[in-house]
Amino acid sequence: MATHTTDPRKLLEQMLLVRAYEEAIVAGSQAGKVPGTCTSVGQEAAAVGVVNALAPEDLILTNHRSSGHLLARGADPGRMLAEVMGRSGGYCGGHSGSLHISVKELGVVLTSTIVGAELSLAPGVALSQKMLGRPGIVACFFGDGAACEGSFHESINLAALWNLPVLYICENNHWQAFVHRREAMCKDHVSDWAASYGIPAKTVDGNDVGTVLVAAQAAAAQVRDSGRPYLLETYTYRTRGHFEPDDQAYVDPAEREPWLARDPIKLCREWLIADGQLSAAQAEALADKVATRIAAAQAFADDSPFPSTDALTRYVYA
Amino acid sequence: MTTLTLYDAVGAALTEEMRRDQTVIAFGEGIATKRHDLVQEFGALRVRNTPLAEGIIAGTAVGAAGTGLRPVIDLLFAPFMCYAMDEIVNSAGKLRFMSGGQFSFPLVTLAQTGAGWGVGAQHNHNVEAWFVHSPGLKVVMPSNPADAKGLLKAAIRDDNPVMFFLDIGLLYVPGEVPAGDVVVPLGKAAVARAGADVSLVSYGKTVLHCLQAAEALAGQGISAEVIDLRSLKPLDEAAILASVTKTGRLVVVHEASKLCGVGAEIAALVAEQAFTALKAPIVRLGGPDAPVASSYPLEQAFVPQADAIAAAAVRLCGRQRV
Repeated sequence: MATHTTDPRKLLEQMLLVRAYEEAIVAGSQAGKVPGTCTSVGQEAAAVGVVNALAPEDLILTNHRSSGHLLARGADPGRMLAEVMGRSGGYCGGHSGSLHISVKELGVVLTSTIVGAELSLAPGVALSQKMLGRPGIVACFFGDGAACEGSFHESINLAALWNLPVLYICENNHWQAFVHRREAMCKDHVSDWAASYGIPAKTVDGNDVGTVLVAAQAAAAQVRDSGRPYLLETYTYRTRGHFEPDDQAYVDPAEREPWLARDPIKLCREWLIADGQLSAAQAEALADKVATRIAAAQAFADDSPFPSTDALTRYVYA
Repeated sequence: MTTLTLYDAVGAALTEEMRRDQTVIAFGEGIATKRHDLVQEFGALRVRNTPLAEGIIAGTAVGAAGTGLRPVIDLLFAPFMCYAMDEIVNSAGKLRFMSGGQFSFPLVTLAQTGAGWGVGAQHNHNVEAWFVHSPGLKVVMPSNPADAKGLLKAAIRDDNPVMFFLDIGLLYVPGEVPAGDVVVPLGKAAVARAGADVSLVSYGKTVLHCLQAAEALAGQGISAEVIDLRSLKPLDEAAILASVTKTGRLVVVHEASKLCGVGAEIAALVAEQAFTALKAPIVRLGGPDAPVASSYPLEQAFVPQADAIAAAAVRLCGRQRV
C-alpha cells in the first residue's frame, strides 16, 4: 500500500531510511557483496518531499536513482536490497537489479534507467489514466541530464498538447553522470524551458524537505485540477559519485562543501530540534530505529535465494 | 469475401478491433487525417494525429500499453523507427522482463517499407530482422490483404509488442479478404503453394515472386512449394522443417539485405535440424549490403525477382545427393 505523510518527523525518518539504505548498498558494494550502483545521497529531501505530496492513486515513473522515491512510497527495503543483490525475493525477482525497480502494487510503474526514457513513457501512462477514467495523476522523476535529452521536449510538448495530467519533477542535482551540468546545459534551471510549452513551472530548494513538500502539494493539486502538466524543479546536489565506486576526484570541493553543509537530513533535524518538535534523544532514537530496519532488510536479502536458471527466459513474452 | 487493398484491410482490422475493444486506440503521424473514417466512428480521443516525433509516439504507446490501453501506432516509414529504438527495444521489449513480469505491453507498431515508390533509402529499408533480434518483440509482415487484416487483428489482441511491417509494393494491390472476424494467428506460416521438389520460403512481396517462380518452374517439371512465413517472430519452425523435410531443397528469399537477415536464421535452423533431409546446399536470395537507391531500375534490382528465384531452384534440382 502506498503511504504518505506530512508529519515532519516522519519525513525525517523516511530521509534517514533512504540514507541508511543507500549507505548499506555502498558498504555492500565496497565489500564486494552488492554490484555497483547509483545512489541519490544528498537528494533525499527532493524525493521524500515530492512523493509525500502524492495521493495513493497517483502513479510514479522513476529512474536509476529511485531509492528515495520507492522507500518514501512505502517499498520494503528488504525486497529492494534483495533485488539489488539479484535475489529471487526482490521486487522484480532479480531481473532488474538496483537500476530499474518497479513496484506495481505501489504505483511505481515502468522504471527505466535509460536517461530520458521515463519522460518518453509518462504521457502514455497519463493517457491511460485519462482514457480509462482513473483518478490519479502521473509523477515523472528525472534529472537535469534527462532534461537535455530530446525526450524531455517531446514529452512535455505532447503532454501539454493532449492535456495530460503529468507532474514532471526535475531533480536538478548538478551532475549528468560524470559531467557537470555547466558543460552540458545552456541554463542553470530546467524550469525555464516550461514557458516554451505554456505550462506552469517552479524551482524550489530541493534540500529543504518542507519547502519541497509544500511546492509539490501545490503542483500536484494544480495538475489534478487542470488535468494539465506542471514542471517542478527541485534544486539539489548529488554528493556521491555517479556510480559506486567513484572517487569523485573530478568534483570541485569548493562547490560540493557548501552543499554538504546544507545536507537535507541535517537541515531537517536541526530545524525540528530548534523548533521544539524533536529532542536530540528522539532524533537519536529515529536513527536507531532506521538502522534496525536496514539490518533486518539486509538479513532478509542475504537469506533470499538466487533465482534458478529457468528464470533466464521467464517473463520475456506475455 | 470482399475485395480490399492491403491498406484498406488494415483499416478494416482497426475498425473491427476498435469496435470490439474500447481500450484499443490509434495514434501516429497523420493517422487521423488519412483514416478519417476511424475518427468519425471512434472520436478524436481514440484516433489521434501526433507530432512527427517517433520517439514520443512509441514511448507514449509503451506507457499506455503498460497501464491498460492497447495502442496501435503508425510511424509511417520503417527507417523512421530509428528515432524510436529506445522506446521499442529498451522499453517495450525489455520492461516486462526487467520488472519480473509485472507489466505487459500490448501494442502494435505499423510501419511501411520496401520497393515500389522510389522513395530512397531513408524511407525504404527492410529492417525487420533488427526486431527479430530484440527480445520481447513479435514481428509480422504480411504478403496479402487477407493476411494483413487477420494478422493485425491477432496483433492487436496479443499481449506483446508487435512490429507490423507493411510492404509498400503491396499496399494498393487488391485481394480477396474474408468477411467478418477472421483472425490469422501469429507464428503460423501458410503454404501458399504446395510442391514436392524445392521449398521457396519467403515473406512480404517476395512471396509473390516465389509464386511466379513456382509457376515458371512447373512448366519445367519442377514442383516448388512456397511457404509464406507471415510472422518472423514467432517463427513457424515446424512449417519450415516440414516443407524442407519433404522437398530436400531450400531457397530462402527476402527483400531485406541478405547479410544477417531472417534468411540466415532459417538456413541455420534447417542446417541444424534437417541437415540429413537436404539433397542440395541451401540458397539465400536477398538484397545486397547497400542502402536502397531511389532510381526505379536500381530499386527493383535490389529485390530478388521471380527469374532469379526460379534459376536458383533449377540449379538446386539439378544437383545430385552428395
